[in-house]
Amino acid sequence: MNTQSNPELAISVTDATVHYGQVLALDHASLHMGHGTVCGLVGMNGSGKSTLFKTIMGQIKPDTGSVKISGTDPLQARKNGKLAYVPQSEAVDWNFPISVRDVVMTGRYGQMGWTRRAKKKDHAAVNEALERVELTDYADRQIGQLSGGQKKRAFVARCIAQGASIMLLDEPFAGVDKRSEATITKLLREIADDGASVLISTHDLQALPDLADEAVLLMRKVLKHGPPEEVLRAENLALAFGLDPMKRDAS
Amino acid sequence: MNLIELLAEPLSYTFMIRALSVTIIASVLCALLSCWLVLIGWSLMGDAVSHAVLPGVVLAYIVGAPFALGALIFGFLAVALIGGVRDTTRLKEDAAIGIVFTTLFSFGLVLISVTPSHIDLNHIIFGNLLGVSSTDLWQVLILGAVTFSILILKRKDFTLYAFDQTHAHALGMNPRLIGAALLGLLAMTSVVALQAVGVILVVAMLIIPGATAFLLTDKFSKMLIIAPVVAACAGILGVYVSYFLDASTGGMVVLAQGLIFTVIYLFSPRQGLIATRVAARDRRKSLASAHRAA
Repeated sequence: MNTQSNPELAISVTDATVHYGQVLALDHASLHMGHGTVCGLVGMNGSGKSTLFKTIMGQIKPDTGSVKISGTDPLQARKNGKLAYVPQSEAVDWNFPISVRDVVMTGRYGQMGWTRRAKKKDHAAVNEALERVELTDYADRQIGQLSGGQKKRAFVARCIAQGASIMLLDEPFAGVDKRSEATITKLLREIADDGASVLISTHDLQALPDLADEAVLLMRKVLKHGPPEEVLRAENLALAFGLDPMKRDAS
Repeated sequence: MNLIELLAEPLSYTFMIRALSVTIIASVLCALLSCWLVLIGWSLMGDAVSHAVLPGVVLAYIVGAPFALGALIFGFLAVALIGGVRDTTRLKEDAAIGIVFTTLFSFGLVLISVTPSHIDLNHIIFGNLLGVSSTDLWQVLILGAVTFSILILKRKDFTLYAFDQTHAHALGMNPRLIGAALLGLLAMTSVVALQAVGVILVVAMLIIPGATAFLLTDKFSKMLIIAPVVAACAGILGVYVSYFLDASTGGMVVLAQGLIFTVIYLFSPRQGLIATRVAARDRRKSLASAHRAA
């Protein structure tokens, strides 16, 4: 079977190797992910999670291997608006003079003309996305004036407004309280049930079985890929972390 | 003499009308650009590029090419060299910027000093508002119109670039290209502003208006109005005061911008120093009284 250009696969990374100078960040990593699934990406710091994200996004061109998005070339997939991402909190300038509504509106830019002038359908899509993440009442606030969980939801709304079929979330639960985490988890579940694929890098191993259909254990290469319960077994985690971070009895 | 006559008097001189026109165009253009530079964190880059265009302008003068072309080439050269020194050594970016732009600027100074011409070094360094010729004015008008149009038409892409480059990339845009366009516009704007206040003070016009507007609003679209208005007012004020005091025109324009910034820094209703101090004091007081009541 040729997995490379299989349109059944939302994300298809085959044999990707990435170096930063002399440092090996990804070592022949392969990840194939179907449509309509939520997948949790776990691994310790420096295991290549961010590098894998950047490779999927096309920000890094791997030394070996290839990337296909829904069976097509990544640049074409990006131009078609298929790919959306939710940034890490540290990567965002929260003082930027932009409202929640305007952040969500940037999700529509790919579908607008070259001056990015919003039409009726763009406003409608933004309103609908805000409604979906329950931020309608906060739409005109400056983005930094939201709570941690609301900020994440604002960026999820941007992905919804974009109509992306593949969402990448980089550590979405860092600095988010448990209740907001549950809200976001439910939201991502719904998005996946509508057919989108959601890839989430996370440190929160406990929450993974409730959140994800499948989990990927990364240590420069994909060590395990399967149902969360299986991937999170102590012996597997020991491979990736050198110990069991969930601190269970290794019985 | 009444006030109107007093204010109208400088306008009876052609050179004053030209000076005012160039000042307003340069101020508005720099102010627009400054909104993005301040938010991206490119203030030092503005400083670097505006200085580094000097040899380009002089070489363009020597070979008879448009100043903007020379400025553009040296603007990009400066950015490329800064990136190169930063990425291939252990030096941090501020050191790379400092090395590259001072070297290029000095190269420009040396070129001027050995080039037989009627260009007065002082005019390039400090601006020559009162000696603006009609050719200069035309060049400023054309460059200004082109730069202004691109900035306004593509403003949303520039703002997205400033806020979230990765998202721009995810949408299939090319963030490097957007960044390069912004730097090109910076080089062109430097040529315009060079006429007004000179190489040294261009950087002030590229930072202060945007910074002032940022203290006043949480909406980027409003910054794009506040910054040019503030800069234009400072420009007019500066030119007039310098006329009556017989003081340095470029210096006066920038001084006026700095004064406006100071006033807003102190008195801005939300971000201002006084407002935030008063709010903090009130909060302490109400907490203390709540504590007593408990």
